[in-house]
Amino acid sequence: MNRRTLLTTAALALSLGAPAFAESHEPVTAGFIYVGPIGDGGWTYEHDKGRLAVEAEYGDKVKTIYQESVPEGADAERAITQMALSGADIIFTTSFGYMDPTIAVAEKFPDVKFEHATGYKRADNVSIYSARFYEGRAIQGHIAGKMTKSNKIGYIASFPIPEVIRGINSAYLHAKKVNPDVEFSIVWAYTWFDPAKEADAARALIENGADVILQHTDSTAPQAAAQEAGNVITFGQASDMGEYAPLPRVSSIIDDWAPYYIQQVGKVMDGTWESTDTWDGIGPGMVGIGEISDAVPADVKEEALAMKDAIAAGEYHPFTGPINKQDGSVWLADGETAADGDLLGMDFYVEGLTGEIPN
Amino acid sequence: MDLTSINPVLLVASIMVSATPILLAALGEMVVEKSGVLNLGVEGMMITGAVVGFAVAINSGSPLLGFAAAALASAVLSLSFGVLTQYLLSNQVATGLGLTLVGLGLSSLIGKPYEGMKATTLPKLDIPMLSDIPVLGRMLFSHDIMVYFSLALVAGVWAFLKYTRAGLILRAVGESHDSAHALGYKVVRVRMLAIFFGGACAGLGGAYLSLVRVPQWTEGMTAGAGWIALAIVVFASWRAGRVLIGAYLFGGVTVLQLNLQAAGADVPVALLSASPYLITILVLVIISARGAHGAPASLGRAFHASH
Repeated sequence: MNRRTLLTTAALALSLGAPAFAESHEPVTAGFIYVGPIGDGGWTYEHDKGRLAVEAEYGDKVKTIYQESVPEGADAERAITQMALSGADIIFTTSFGYMDPTIAVAEKFPDVKFEHATGYKRADNVSIYSARFYEGRAIQGHIAGKMTKSNKIGYIASFPIPEVIRGINSAYLHAKKVNPDVEFSIVWAYTWFDPAKEADAARALIENGADVILQHTDSTAPQAAAQEAGNVITFGQASDMGEYAPLPRVSSIIDDWAPYYIQQVGKVMDGTWESTDTWDGIGPGMVGIGEISDAVPADVKEEALAMKDAIAAGEYHPFTGPINKQDGSVWLADGETAADGDLLGMDFYVEGLTGEIPN
Repeated sequence: MDLTSINPVLLVASIMVSATPILLAALGEMVVEKSGVLNLGVEGMMITGAVVGFAVAINSGSPLLGFAAAALASAVLSLSFGVLTQYLLSNQVATGLGLTLVGLGLSSLIGKPYEGMKATTLPKLDIPMLSDIPVLGRMLFSHDIMVYFSLALVAGVWAFLKYTRAGLILRAVGESHDSAHALGYKVVRVRMLAIFFGGACAGLGGAYLSLVRVPQWTEGMTAGAGWIALAIVVFASWRAGRVLIGAYLFGGVTVLQLNLQAAGADVPVALLSASPYLITILVLVIISARGAHGAPASLGRAFHASH
């Protein structure tokens, strides 16, 4: 058999197989596009736990597919298109940088439902969802401000997008509130996932005097670097990262996507899915606070948990005035809380942070 | 701007740690390319080395054994590339890319049980006498053994290619495999040995990532380091000394820009972030602009004795 016959046979098998599959559309197919590998121990790991929860919930009635390490940008459009072509009924695109590609592909596949995480562009078949990570950042900021001895807190930021800036502002405001001398050093890594670079960034911050490292990148590498350095505390990002507890990791923000994924896939199954905008926090359980370890003094732990309860109950908003912008102009008056619109488009630092946001 | 918080001693130490993985991988790939073979599988071999090195170090408790196992595993993996391209004459570019994919997949499979575990890292050698020199001692003479090994390897490869008969044969094979064959040299055997060496070096580089630089195993942790190594070989115009310059420059500027950011330097962050790529390419291009140093003439071409 020469190569051409082999190819023809393969093509024939494919063309025979495909329509048969499309007609027997029984199990609903849910697709997931991931920005990192599922073994990153952070962001993508939690999304994949959500996917597995969907499988566990619906069993044979659902089929899930996923693609890992899809670069943000042009290649994402190809990956999402591929997934739509392969018969997915609903596709979750799980990183900010997939926003425009998701909208573009959604136009071409009006019958497929799309769910984009952390973005702000919607369409009839595109829902958006995100979690109020800044609520967790407020608690981190409080613990960090109380525990730092050098008064220098290092922050590994990924990309200058509103979600990341919100986290920096929220952590800073709450660290400053309990420790007026606190300073933030912010390093922009320009990546979501690059363990070597994340470790280098953590090391650079520690060598420059930081004794608390907050991260908004996806891997556990900064935790490993902090552990090696000693006398540095960190917080798990997106996932519990409990393997680094009790030190350096003293607490964490855990993204719990499972209930949302189960609900949305369920809606596709019974035909009630429609385009929605979801932004949930600690209250509904989309944002979890990982166990605060014994390395944190008991009174600080108590205060942190009290803040968590107040946020969950809706009694306290992490962005409550008076808050000025970095240039000194008034953003929120005394007692005023931030509107969601302001938060979603946040592109400024609050007063006291140094440096400029890159654009 | 206050840059006094940057400690030059720690900075230089970090730079050496940051540069070593790409230095090892690039050096190995340079030898492979000198023999006329283009192996684009560096990323795959590095990550295989990273996971095997980590796993063996965990199970044996010895990081050095981890490095040895990493070198061996990646070298054996690279032999699959060698067999396909040298004996079965498959396309080198496609096979190399395939090797990267295999390496990434294989490593995440092997690495599953090791996620979140901690291995013992390499001890820092405090070289007697030298490490007691103020400042310079801490800066240059108290690193782990792999840093010195990688530097010695640069010198070794340079001397091998320049002064030994075997090095001359390797270069001859890379420049014109037909002539080398006509002279009676075993082209395929030489290339297989070069590929094996390149695989071992990439494995060491990967293990350095998972055992020293990060230090932990995370799926996909090389995150493109293999491609940087490939680029450095080209810009270094296939010379060992320049590979060293390129790797240290790239590692150095990467760490330096992070330190500048951490210290709050008043430089646009976007520029800082792009600087490792820009500066490394610029400097290496300027160095090689003086004089013609092209690629080995037979680079990437398949050889069969019947031609």
